[in-house]
Amino acid sequence: MKILAVCGMGLGSGLLLRMQAEKALKQLGIQADLEVADIGTARAAAATADLIITSAELAQQLGDVKPRIVTITNFVSLPEMVSKLEAALRDH
Amino acid sequence: MAGPLSDLLPPAAVRIGAAAGDWREAVRIAGDALVASGATRDGYTDEMIRTVESLGPYIVIAPGVALAHARPSPAVLRAGISLVTLATPVPFGHRQNDPVRLVIGLAAPDDEGHVNALATLAEFLSDDDRRDALLRAADPGTVRSLIAAYEEAHDPATS
Repeated sequence: MKILAVCGMGLGSGLLLRMQAEKALKQLGIQADLEVADIGTARAAAATADLIITSAELAQQLGDVKPRIVTITNFVSLPEMVSKLEAALRDH
Repeated sequence: MAGPLSDLLPPAAVRIGAAAGDWREAVRIAGDALVASGATRDGYTDEMIRTVESLGPYIVIAPGVALAHARPSPAVLRAGISLVTLATPVPFGHRQNDPVRLVIGLAAPDDEGHVNALATLAEFLSDDDRRDALLRAADPGTVRSLIAAYEEAHDPATS
């Protein structure tokens, strides 16, 4: 299971996404490879991902990609990340 | 050493009740605070603004909170964080998290030096009461005390 976190540049929002996703996966007891890509290289990285996590703003810029996209509104809310990941992975 | 976040947020990097007419001014204030703290040169402020111009307002990462930053560049002298509370909330164009009341400036010379500080900041802001206390702070000393107290209470070494 590979999860791709897509951010603007890799060191701000991307870090936050990855940290929250790691905590959420741990809480859910799910093992997954977590990769971070910035919007410029995300489409290529998406080719091998099962799921994408990003903000609604950047999701629009991704265009058509194969993996399901989970959009996060609040990057500092663990409950949001947990419930959205759980719902997405349950349907996977 | 007080904690990773306190270490990157000196008094010169905190502005309280700043007046900003639009998002560019708000980001500029956060950038000026980074310059004042010695973390960046002026050019970085322009880079932070250009980031939003080209990628959109995705930097509004939580309701009312913007994380202004740009890629590592020669304009970054060292890792640093600035914190600006706005007198009047400012829209950045984010559909869900507008308007912004707190602008955090982030300067990173590489992928790593700021990770602990950012993680601590995210934890700190994840609690609405803590975030509101920060927004109500009347001066930089109060902001830094709130953060220092939080870091002391959540020191991984002692908890």
